[in-house]
Amino acid sequence: MEAELSYFLGIDYPTWWFLIVGGVFAGYAILDGFDLGAGSIHLFLKKEQSRRIALNAIGPVWDGNEVWLVIAGGALFAGFPVAYASLFSAFYIPFMLFLVLLIFRAIAIEFRSKEDMKWWRNFWDRAYFVASNSLSLLLGVVVGNLMIGLPIDERGNLVGSWLQLLNPYALLMGFTILALFVMHGIIYLLLKTEGRLYAKLRILLNRAVILFIIAFTAASAYGLYAYPKLSDDLQNSVSFWILPSLGILSILSIPQWIKRRKFRIAFVSSALAIAFMLGVLAFELYPVLLYSTIDPAYHIDIYSAASSQKSLGIMLLIAAIGTPLILGYTAFVFYTFRGKVHLDENSY
Amino acid sequence: MEVEILARLQFAFTVAFHYIYPPLSIGLGLLMVIFEALFLRTRNPQYEQLARFYTRIFGLTFGIGVATGIVMEFEFGTNWAVYSRYVGDVFGSALAAEGIFAFAMESGFLGLLLFGWNRVKPWVHFLATVMVLIGSMFSAVWIVVANSWQQTPAGFHVVGEGINARAEITDFWAMVFNPSSVDRLWHVWNGSFLAGAFLVLSISAFYLIKNKHVALSRKAFKIALVVATFFSFLQAFSGHSSANVVAEYQPAKLAALEGQYEDSDDAGIMILGWVDEEAQKTTGIEIPSLLHLMTNKEIGQDTIHGLNHFPADQRPERINAIFQFYHIMVGIGFSLIGLTLLALFFWWRGKLFEQKWLLRIFVFSVLLPQIANQFGWFSAEMGRQPWVVYGLLRTSNALSEAVTAEQVLFSIILFFVVYAFLFLLFLYLLNRKIQHGPDEAEKVEYSDAPKRTISGIIK
Repeated sequence: MEAELSYFLGIDYPTWWFLIVGGVFAGYAILDGFDLGAGSIHLFLKKEQSRRIALNAIGPVWDGNEVWLVIAGGALFAGFPVAYASLFSAFYIPFMLFLVLLIFRAIAIEFRSKEDMKWWRNFWDRAYFVASNSLSLLLGVVVGNLMIGLPIDERGNLVGSWLQLLNPYALLMGFTILALFVMHGIIYLLLKTEGRLYAKLRILLNRAVILFIIAFTAASAYGLYAYPKLSDDLQNSVSFWILPSLGILSILSIPQWIKRRKFRIAFVSSALAIAFMLGVLAFELYPVLLYSTIDPAYHIDIYSAASSQKSLGIMLLIAAIGTPLILGYTAFVFYTFRGKVHLDENSY
Repeated sequence: MEVEILARLQFAFTVAFHYIYPPLSIGLGLLMVIFEALFLRTRNPQYEQLARFYTRIFGLTFGIGVATGIVMEFEFGTNWAVYSRYVGDVFGSALAAEGIFAFAMESGFLGLLLFGWNRVKPWVHFLATVMVLIGSMFSAVWIVVANSWQQTPAGFHVVGEGINARAEITDFWAMVFNPSSVDRLWHVWNGSFLAGAFLVLSISAFYLIKNKHVALSRKAFKIALVVATFFSFLQAFSGHSSANVVAEYQPAKLAALEGQYEDSDDAGIMILGWVDEEAQKTTGIEIPSLLHLMTNKEIGQDTIHGLNHFPADQRPERINAIFQFYHIMVGIGFSLIGLTLLALFFWWRGKLFEQKWLLRIFVFSVLLPQIANQFGWFSAEMGRQPWVVYGLLRTSNALSEAVTAEQVLFSIILFFVVYAFLFLLFLYLLNRKIQHGPDEAEKVEYSDAPKRTISGIIK
């Protein structure tokens, strides 16, 4: 596995692939993040009409957004099979729950509108709400655990129970990501709504920003206090000051943009905030993918986890051809469905 | 129970359930493209009604297909970590290509397909439907390539030893065009088109019997009948060439499919039969010499090996099950040809829609391609055992080491409950949509949604 590295533009293939996997995960978080966030406030919208508008705001795009997760999973599998295998088998139970929740989220969106009965719609509304909240929370828990590392042995297997993944830091990160997505989702909905629903969403947005600041501060403070690894990094690296600061600045700017009705800029700001947060994770990790808390020798880094240089090269080509295509038709779909939501006979 | 059995059960159950839906989506996709193309050509609103009606059913199958498909991608890592490490270099690139080229395409355009009726012009909508169809067919390409590589590995070399061994790509195109991928791909495509065509046939026959939506259903029935006839013939050819690939590259699997224990230089094919695994004997109705003829072997000279030729740890188990799955699949394949020919005959005589008994058969015929698709995969995957990658990696060695039987059992139960619920919902909603039927022509009129004229494309 210590094969000679290939380079493109002076950057070695595993690093390129690290950037790609990171980029796709960030794309997923930004795109499906607003779907999840919109779902997380679903029950706070009381009127049937409001709920339908909120659902149809993400209607034509959520499925395409979810695909980014499939691509991210495939990219991780393809680029770093060793890390994929360790990560997924270590998070066995959380990932199984994640999958079931993902199914329920999808099904709830699809099935809710198929019947008029009140109990039917109430049931799917609850399923959608619970699934969206839990999915964001679980994603945050995974991010938290990646930040602090996992007890993995020399074979890349998790030692001990999966319950240790639910540690305080990971849970706080879970709430941070949840609040971040909620904020992001509300801003997306603001782009899509008008009238009283819009006014209600603006109130919810202010609360979400406050919630995020609290969760983020708590997670950071606890992380720095409990994990020397994180506080060392903070002292040694400038990027750990810059990236979170940029993230916080983006978020603090959002209420200003909203006040001036610059919704698209506000949306870009919250997308950037997500990207900066994941940037922190990427800097914390690189070139490691999975930290072992047992022994630094057991770390899984991008070089030991990577596929062969040839395979990475082929896939870089695939990604280079595919990415513009995906961006092109994603943009086309978003453009087609831009503007405020108007319900018609095809709507959910 | 052992982790291995549980993990195999889980994979089999989740993938079999998943596989109800993608073939329907691919098949319905083709029919929708045909309906929309006819609409663009003739401007007959009936074709648009049909396209809109089947789009709604498509939305249902596609949604469940996506939701259950993501499970498969994650399951490799959760349950089969050693396998994932072993094949990641090869298999991963196919999976990545699937996500980037195929899945993103179909899901991206799905929004336009489902919600774009009033937003874009008919020809743009038609293109979106074509893109969804191409995307879903591409998905099949990469998944079949990955699976075929497990059956007939090519274009790789193994590096490392023991637990660290893994396959690395040496030749991407040799991996993609491994010996079995092309034959198996069109076999899978044909099976999907048949699943979609027979769904349309079934729904149309149902309406015709009930005397509802008669004009529409006659159109749909005839179109789907042409599609079904064409692909059921094609399927016989693709099945034949797939079997020949098995004969050449997976002889132990061939022996299991045919229930042959002893070597033979004049092997026949059982039409119907039963394998007594204890006595190692298969009894049934046999056509002599046929296997030799079908696989282009010289009778009396070339030997086709029976199961006993292979060491006990290198041949599949549960021979009777493999035999039956395979034979039922083939039997269904031929009955689909017979059924479509019969319907064509009555069409030619101008009496097709008077044959209520035939329409009744067509109502239930929707199950046949589904069963054949499932059983075909069962025989292909059980026949591959004990290998997960043929001749290279044993299924028993491919499991996640860190995962316990309790965890797997928990997730099996979880998925079983969720999928049972999903399946009931699917049937319920499918039934509702069929009961509701296509919207009448005047209702198809465009709604009050703001019509956009900014660009030439967007309405």
